Amino acid sequence: MNSARVVITGLGAINPLGLTVHDMWAGLCAGKCGITKITAFDPEGFSCKLAGQVPDYKIRNHVPRTHRKATKLMSRDIELAVIAANEALASSGLITKGIDPEQVNIDPTRTAINLGAGLISCDLVEIAPAVAASITDGKFDILKWGKDGIELITPLWLLKYLPNMLACHVGIIHDIQGPSNTITCAEVSAHLAIGEAAEIIVRGDSDIALAGGAEAKVNPIVMIRQCLLKRATSESNDDPDRACRPFDANAKGSVFGEGAGIVVLENLDNAKKRDAKILAEVAGIGQSNNINPAYERLEPDGNGVRIAIEKAMTDAQIGADDLDLIIPHGTGIPVDDLAEAKAIEAALGQKAQEIPVWPIKSMVSNTGAASGALDIIAAVCAMKEGKIPAAKNCDKKANDCNLNIVTQPQQRDIRYALCCSYTYCGQTAAIVLKSSKEETTS
Amino acid sequence: MIRQRANERIVITGMGVVCPLSNDVETFWQALLSCESGIGKTTIFDASTYPTTFDAEVKNYDATAYLKNPGLHKHSNRGSSFVIGATVQACKQAGIEVEASEPTDGIDRNRLGIYLGAGEGSVDNDVFFAALVEGWDAQENKMDWGKWTKIASSRMDPMHELEQEANMPAAHIAMLTGARGPTRNCLTACAASTQAIGEAMTLIRRGDVDAMITGGTHSMIHPLGLTGFNRLTALSTRNDSPETASRPFSASRDGFVLGEGAAIVILESLSSAKRRGVKILAEVTGYGSSADAFRVTDMHEEARGPIQAMNAALTDAGISYKDIDYISTHGTGTVENDSVETIAIKAVFKEKAKKVPASSIKSMLGHLIAAAGAAELITCVLAIRDNIVPPTTNLTDPEPALDLDYVPNKPRKMPVNIVMSESFGFGGQNNVIIIKRF
Repeated sequence: MNSARVVITGLGAINPLGLTVHDMWAGLCAGKCGITKITAFDPEGFSCKLAGQVPDYKIRNHVPRTHRKATKLMSRDIELAVIAANEALASSGLITKGIDPEQVNIDPTRTAINLGAGLISCDLVEIAPAVAASITDGKFDILKWGKDGIELITPLWLLKYLPNMLACHVGIIHDIQGPSNTITCAEVSAHLAIGEAAEIIVRGDSDIALAGGAEAKVNPIVMIRQCLLKRATSESNDDPDRACRPFDANAKGSVFGEGAGIVVLENLDNAKKRDAKILAEVAGIGQSNNINPAYERLEPDGNGVRIAIEKAMTDAQIGADDLDLIIPHGTGIPVDDLAEAKAIEAALGQKAQEIPVWPIKSMVSNTGAASGALDIIAAVCAMKEGKIPAAKNCDKKANDCNLNIVTQPQQRDIRYALCCSYTYCGQTAAIVLKSSKEETTS
Repeated sequence: MIRQRANERIVITGMGVVCPLSNDVETFWQALLSCESGIGKTTIFDASTYPTTFDAEVKNYDATAYLKNPGLHKHSNRGSSFVIGATVQACKQAGIEVEASEPTDGIDRNRLGIYLGAGEGSVDNDVFFAALVEGWDAQENKMDWGKWTKIASSRMDPMHELEQEANMPAAHIAMLTGARGPTRNCLTACAASTQAIGEAMTLIRRGDVDAMITGGTHSMIHPLGLTGFNRLTALSTRNDSPETASRPFSASRDGFVLGEGAAIVILESLSSAKRRGVKILAEVTGYGSSADAFRVTDMHEEARGPIQAMNAALTDAGISYKDIDYISTHGTGTVENDSVETIAIKAVFKEKAKKVPASSIKSMLGHLIAAAGAAELITCVLAIRDNIVPPTTNLTDPEPALDLDYVPNKPRKMPVNIVMSESFGFGGQNNVIIIKRF
């Protein structure tokens, strides 16, 4: 018999709205938009020239001296994960080797890490000179590449792009030796990672887990894929603030970006024993599959999302009446938003038309593998503050969308919040969070 | 979340494989017992000037032969395509219907999940390199993004690009089987499919599902994949003798041999398997996972992480190291892995370390990267079935410090009831599974 309960005791977020959870929440409350014209490369020729880019930072300032050399092996995805993990741990009151080696208060072998990561694309500028050295008659020559080109690639090149290197660097910095996993299910990754980390605590394999996701999508290859799949909006290139419009009648597509969201999950007993500040409880998780022959899109009835929501609600042992907030995946791709709205309605019934729905990608952009974690962090902040800020850019709700998209900020005591997500190619997830105020009374 | 552990026993009811030695389980097993090698010159692309010019490739494979409706899977890359064959084989053995709109196999699709350790697909090499050739301004030493974009946007195929995502093989399995249960893909380098199978087991134990389609698939045999591993000097460069290049635990080992393939097992709760009356192949009893948290580039010298994962798996299975009859090692044939793994086995198995057979089929199969652990687990099931353990081939020059019983050069008949299968990945990922005779 195992009756462990899992609570959230720390938050870390880096995204286009800022480098911290505080910046993110302040930005969300102010209706700030983190989307701008791409500066990481020249997007001329891209149908979507916009992205959510993280403000400047220096990674050297975010790692212990002993790990400075290893920053050379970090892709941007890894850097973002490292920064968010630092904040999450610092805010939890846990002391790791990376925070203060003299006062460590975690058992490294009883601490897990579970991060969602994207399909990390290599740095094209880094690899281009090697390609340029492998040309015969104006064309790429694999024989020259094998002989001369690859000699120009830095020896540890591959290690920058393995998705498990996010968890690996964070784990080395903070000395996390328990179960370590990396979930690579595109935009649903962070929810799956947080769900799995909670399971690991429930089954008793760890007391504490760092969980979430990180992805830096502002890379030409990654961005052009989204353009070619027509998932990125090709309109509003001159009006970035208004480009991403989840559930709006004039939505034309998503805008992609970069970010990381990481939470500290903890066994409730463990959190109480050390007198940690409990921010919320992970009350239910549900997962399923979207099955659609046109798998770049959600199936029209959102069946896979519906099943995930129903499972999460059953897991949390609550009904639609108990929900005070829904943060949907809401990408701004009209057919996907509509399918998701249908799924939420089908799962929650009549009540779905009343529960406040607050999509945040219009402000933080679609950060891929990080997005689900940023949604959960936003939900926890809303619970803590008793406030739901306004959704941005949902000026006129799309036809057939019957959800109550929050267009005005409102004070509200949030007992339970639901976050749901899905990804192209199929996987779906939903997580129910329970307020820590509910916790003390139950 | 407040959940009583369902305490389900978990059994294996189906297996399928597409790998360099064969595209079905029985011939794969016979090839291993006959000490055959799946390794040869690279044919997928012209690697003749690379430091390593050989690999272990899947041969004579056609995914459409497994499908009534191949159209749904027409964009598949190598990884997704391999996983289709392996899944159809495994489902067939387990009596799970594929491509069925209304299956009558007794498995509730909402309680059928998928957990893969599948790798990413290759970039579209022609376009990838052509765009860089066009876009790089060698005089200015910078990219002309306009020129790059022109090639990339006109020649990249959107679906081919999408198929590179590591979650695609799981999506193809969902389309194939109609599975609506929890579905995840993990990518923890060379330990991925062992981790996937371990986590899949825990989902059945929790009572979330009745059955899981799990395992892995991967092909890194492409220009950038081979480049990456060659630059890491992780690969053998024994170009004059590919068949003997994979030499786990030998003194002359010089790296692993890059392979590709897919391996799938069906895990099922014992109660579901009994209810359906399907044949039970083995029971999965233990899973342990850990991280080295040591260095990005090296394993911990004292094998801290592997030891923790092995002990965690033993604890989970509720047994002692004394109960293990055979260890399927990670045994890559790199200098570092084989030394550290030997240290780990000595630490965990104490006085029994030199007595328990510990072999590496990578000597014949090559290293299937994310899919390696699942392929190895399948051979563990067969070792129990047939009471025989596969050998480590090419072990003609033992290294003094590596003094365990690696089952050199020929298979061994012996009673096999409980087996430990180990996988360790770059970055210090360690996963271990224990199975036993049912």
